[in-house]
Amino acid sequence: MNGLAFLIPIALGMGGLGLVAFFWAMRHGQFEDLDGAGMRILIDENEDEAP
Amino acid sequence: MNVTTAIAPDGTRGACVDSRLTVPGMRCAGCIGKIERGLSALPGVAAARVNFSAKRVAVSHTPDLGMDDLVIALQGLGFEAQPVAANPLARDDAETRRLLRALAVAGFGMMNIMLLSVGIWSGADGITREMFHWISALIALPVVAYAGRPFFTSAAMALRYGRTNMDVPIAIGVLLTTALSLYETVTGGPHAYFDGTVMLLFFLLAGRVLDAVMRDRARSGIAALLDRMGRGASVIGPDGAARWTAAEDLVPGMTMLVAAGEALAADGEIEQGKTMIDASLLTGESEPRPAGPGDMVHAGMMNLDAPVRVRVTAVGGDTVLTEIARLMDEAGQSRSRYVRIADRAARLYAPAVHSLALLSFAGWMLAGAGVHQALLIAVAVLIITCPCALGLAVPVAQVIAASAMMKRGLLIKDGSALERLAEAQCVAFDKTGTLTLGEPLPTTLASLGPGERGVALALAQASRHPLSRGLASALRADGVVPARVEAIVETAGIGVRGTFAGESVGLLRPEDSQGLGVDLVIGQRRRRIAFADRLRGDAAATIAELHALGLESSIISGDGAAMVAQVAARLGIPGRGELSPAEKLVELERMKAAQGRVLMVGDGLNDGPALAAAYVSIAPGGASDVSQQAADAVFVGEPLMPVAIAVRGARETMRVVRQNFVLAIGYNALAVPLAIAGQVTPLIAALAMSASSLIVIGNSLRLARCAR
Repeated sequence: MNGLAFLIPIALGMGGLGLVAFFWAMRHGQFEDLDGAGMRILIDENEDEAP
Repeated sequence: MNVTTAIAPDGTRGACVDSRLTVPGMRCAGCIGKIERGLSALPGVAAARVNFSAKRVAVSHTPDLGMDDLVIALQGLGFEAQPVAANPLARDDAETRRLLRALAVAGFGMMNIMLLSVGIWSGADGITREMFHWISALIALPVVAYAGRPFFTSAAMALRYGRTNMDVPIAIGVLLTTALSLYETVTGGPHAYFDGTVMLLFFLLAGRVLDAVMRDRARSGIAALLDRMGRGASVIGPDGAARWTAAEDLVPGMTMLVAAGEALAADGEIEQGKTMIDASLLTGESEPRPAGPGDMVHAGMMNLDAPVRVRVTAVGGDTVLTEIARLMDEAGQSRSRYVRIADRAARLYAPAVHSLALLSFAGWMLAGAGVHQALLIAVAVLIITCPCALGLAVPVAQVIAASAMMKRGLLIKDGSALERLAEAQCVAFDKTGTLTLGEPLPTTLASLGPGERGVALALAQASRHPLSRGLASALRADGVVPARVEAIVETAGIGVRGTFAGESVGLLRPEDSQGLGVDLVIGQRRRRIAFADRLRGDAAATIAELHALGLESSIISGDGAAMVAQVAARLGIPGRGELSPAEKLVELERMKAAQGRVLMVGDGLNDGPALAAAYVSIAPGGASDVSQQAADAVFVGEPLMPVAIAVRGARETMRVVRQNFVLAIGYNALAVPLAIAGQVTPLIAALAMSASSLIVIGNSLRLARCAR
C-alpha cells in the first residue's frame, strides 16, 4: 500500500509529461513538415565555406 | 498576408510581410538547402523556410520586395515557382489538430486507467479497489469531457436537426456508462467501466484522426498541383516597368504583359502583338486560334505563341466564368445529399442497440432484479454493442486504400469519394486534356533525319515556348542527343536561331499559319514539324479495363464534332462533341437516366459544372483549379489507368469495409448474449473491444495492395 502512494503519482506524472511534450510539439510545429525534417539532416551546413 | 516585425539581414528593422510560393520541383535535401540559402542571400529577405511535405516555401521579406522578384530569384536557382494565397488550408489543419489533441488525451487516460484496472482484475478488493476506482474516476472525467467533445457536438448537431448519425449512439453510450461508473464508485460497487469508456473514445478518435489525415494529405497534394493557371499577371505600370500583380488586385484598364506559355488571369482585349490562343480549358476546343489586336481573350486561356499586351476589361465578372460558376453552384447541391456508409449503418444500428439495451433493462426488471442491477446490465449491453470496431471499420480501410492509390499517382479527396467511386456505373470522359494529354506534341518526327533531330533538340531545349517544350520532351524520349548548336538566340514571336557547323539554323514560326507547327530551318532547307494533341498512351487499355469492370465509357466534349468522332472511333466508344457546359449537364442527366450513376472525368473549366454534378468525378493533375476543386479525386502523370485503378480499388475497399462491418457485428453477436445474461465484466468488455478493433485493422491492412 505504501509503495502505491509513490508509484501511482509517478506513473501519472510520467504519462502527463508525455502528454505535455506532445502538446508542446504540436504547438511548435514539429509535425508540420515530416518529410522535410528527415531530409534536413543531409543538408551540409558548411557548404558555403568549403574551399 | 501576415505582417510581422523582424530584423532584415542588413540590420534594418521594419515591418516584414510573409509570402508563400509553391515549388513543385524540389525533390531532395540539396534542394531545401539551395532554396533556403539562395533566398536568404537576397537583400530584403529576413527568413526563408521550406516545407518539403507541402512543396512550399514561406518567405518573410520587406514589403518593397515583390512577388515577381522572389519568383525570378527561384528561377535563378533552377526552380519553377508560383505564388500561392495565404494558407487556404489553415481551417482544415485546425480540425485535425483538435482531433489529434483529443486522441493524445484519450491515450493518456486509457493507459493510466488500464494500469489501475489491471490491478483490480488481478484481485484487488476492499479499500484498494475503491481507491483505484476513485483515481480512475478522477482521470476519466476530465478525459471524457475533453476527448469526447467532437462526438458530443456532432451528436447534438444531428439531434437538433432531428437526424441521427454514428455519433448519437456513441455519445449516449459514453455518457451513460460514465455516469453509471461514477455511481458505482461513489457507492463502492464492484464494477466501474471507466477503462471501457476511455478506450472506446481512444479507438473512435483514432478512426477520426485517420479520416482527417487522409483528407488533409490529398488536399495539400492538390494545392501543390494547383496554380499553373493565371493567379496573377505582369502589369505594366505608368513608368513602363512590369510588376507581378495578384489576380484579385487586377482592375479594368490595366495593361497585362502575357508571355508565351502563360495563362491569362483576367479578361481583356489584345492591344499589341499577334499570337495563337489555346482556349481548350475554357471551351474544350483543341484547335488553337490566332488572335491579334482588338480580339477579346478570356481568363483561363493560354497564350501559346508570342508575348502580347492585353488591356484588362473585366475581372471575375466575365460572362463565361460567372456562367460556369453559377452552373457549378447549382450542380454541387446533389452531391451533398450523399450519406456516408458509416452513417447509413448507424441509422440501422443505433435504434437496434438502444432497443436491445432497453429490452434487457425491462427484462431484468420483470425477472425481479433491482433497478440498479438492471441498469448495470443495460449499460454493459450498451458498451459491448458500442460501435468501437464499427468506428474504425470505415476510416482504416479507406486510409490504407487511399495511401496505396497515392503511390500510383491518385489523390482521393475524402472517404465519401471512395464510396461513390465504388458505386459508379458508367463513365463520361472529356476529350482534350483527359483522354488526350492536352499539350501539343510533334506528330511528324519520323520524317526527320538523325542530324536534324539533334539540331531540333538543341534549339528546342533552349526555349520555354510550349511547342519547344513539347518537341524537346518528345525528342528526349526518343533518345536523341542534342547537337552542338552555338550562339542560340530566342526572339519572342519569331523563334530560336543559332549556328551549327557553320550553317545558320533555326526553329521558326511558320509564315503561313496553317494549323499548329514550327519550321525547322537548316541552311536553306525548311522542314515543317506539325503538332497535335496526342491520346494518352494507355487510353484504350483503360477503357477496356473499365469495360471489364462493367463500366461503359463515352465522350462528352466541347471540341469540334469531327475531332471527337475521330477519337471516339479510335477508342471504339460513343462520343458527342460541341457541347456547352450547360449541354454537358443535360447529357449527364440523360446518361444518369439510361445507365445509372456517372463517373465524370474531365479537366477544363467547361467541365467544372459536369464534374460537380456527376455522381463522382476525377480530374487530371493538369486540369484547371476549378476542375481540381470540383473533382473528388485527382490523378497525376501521363497514364490514364489511375481512373480504372480508382474504380477497382474503391470497390475492393468497400468489400473490405463490408467485411469489417460483418466482423464487428459478428463479435457483437457473440458478446451481446453474455452481456444480456449479465455475465460481462469490465475485463471481458475491454478484451472484446481491443480484440475486435485489432481484427478490423488487420483485415483493412490487406488493402495496401489494392492499387496494384
